[in-house]
Amino acid sequence: MPLHLIVVTAERTVLDRTDVQRVIVPTTEGQITLLPMHAPLMASLAIGELVAVTPTGSEAMAVHGGFVQIVRDTVTILADAAERVEDIDEERAEAARARAQRRLAGERITTEEGQVDLLRARLSMERALVRVKVRRRRRGTGAPAMTDRA
Amino acid sequence: MPGGGAVRAIRQRIKSVQNTAKVTKAMELVASSKMRRAQQRAFGARPYASQMRAVLAQLSGYAQGAEDAHPLLASRPVKHFAFIHITADRGLAGGLNANMNRAGATLALEHQPHVERVSVITVGRKGRDFFRRSGFPRLAEFTALGDYPGFEAVRPIARLVIDDFTSGAVDQVFIGYQQFVNTAVQRPTVRQLLPVSSPGGDEDAGATEFIFEPSPEGLLATLLPRYVEMQIFEALLEASASEQSARMVAMRAATDAANAMVQDLTLTYNKARQEMITGELLDIVGGKAALEQGS
Repeated sequence: MPLHLIVVTAERTVLDRTDVQRVIVPTTEGQITLLPMHAPLMASLAIGELVAVTPTGSEAMAVHGGFVQIVRDTVTILADAAERVEDIDEERAEAARARAQRRLAGERITTEEGQVDLLRARLSMERALVRVKVRRRRRGTGAPAMTDRA
Repeated sequence: MPGGGAVRAIRQRIKSVQNTAKVTKAMELVASSKMRRAQQRAFGARPYASQMRAVLAQLSGYAQGAEDAHPLLASRPVKHFAFIHITADRGLAGGLNANMNRAGATLALEHQPHVERVSVITVGRKGRDFFRRSGFPRLAEFTALGDYPGFEAVRPIARLVIDDFTSGAVDQVFIGYQQFVNTAVQRPTVRQLLPVSSPGGDEDAGATEFIFEPSPEGLLATLLPRYVEMQIFEALLEASASEQSARMVAMRAATDAANAMVQDLTLTYNKARQEMITGELLDIVGGKAALEQGS
């Protein structure tokens, strides 16, 4: 019995597949792999790479926080944002990373507002890094998801 | 000539009504394409909303009896009642904004006798202008969210109500918006936002033993603010789909009315023109007869 994987964000359904053999999910407590017959679980999602392994290959996406739930072989991912690997614009992600880095390296921050800015920059840095990582990892590895769309 | 001026006036009126019809037709087309996109967005958000409700139902079923599991769940005596009032920025959408404003005013007046203070947070220019005149204190005004508000538009609104609620400045928060039923029907809808009343999904909540990572309380703490944001987002999407549909319908009605008017005016115009020609002919004939008699 394969898993049913649903990835939704507030704006749309990103992925809905019923032939998933296992899902590797980044949670705030660490990376976990969900297999069929998993005990019901609810966890909060970290910023990281989500991989769904199917009989024909695997599908990777960058997820940016949210929730994961598995009940009766249905995995539901409520993501704050999720991008499939083929939708990631590496140049943009790289640019965002550079921008965040500059901001982090910038002047000393004392105000509360500055602290928020700093936090934001750190988060956007983290997101950008994940995007770049997911994108790079999946390129030229012969993953069907990529060759199909190349 | 007495008839000529009237005829010219009718002709001008036809022209002007035709121009109006052209404008309303264009607005109808614009609204209908925006409506399609707005509806798609509203439907696109539904899976997330329903999944999140399911998760929350299960989670709070787990933390049952513990209303104080999280501050956003705790209800307390209401001294300060606030509501988020969502309207469109622009008019020309039939009764849409007026109906919403009426619903908002009703809500405010209903609560007023029972609480010390009723205040409103307006989203959209039409509601803002309405409540500026009403005298109810306004906690904040949000306008120009655009035709397709993104999730990031929600954050400041959610932050405001969550902060005010947790700090105790506000004890209860409602949200009112035009629910999109179908293209012809939009319904002013009002519901409670804070304290979060968990969606009734008690069928299999508690029946399933969950593993929680980190803890149910930890998950609740991250889920609840999201849930509030999601509800506001949903309301914005519904309101935007409603606005475009209402405008499309209103503009179609206006175009139809203008065309009917053009038809009426054309009839009147033809009649007046004929009368004028008849009058002229009579004048000529009469003049000629007079000449002949004179010779």
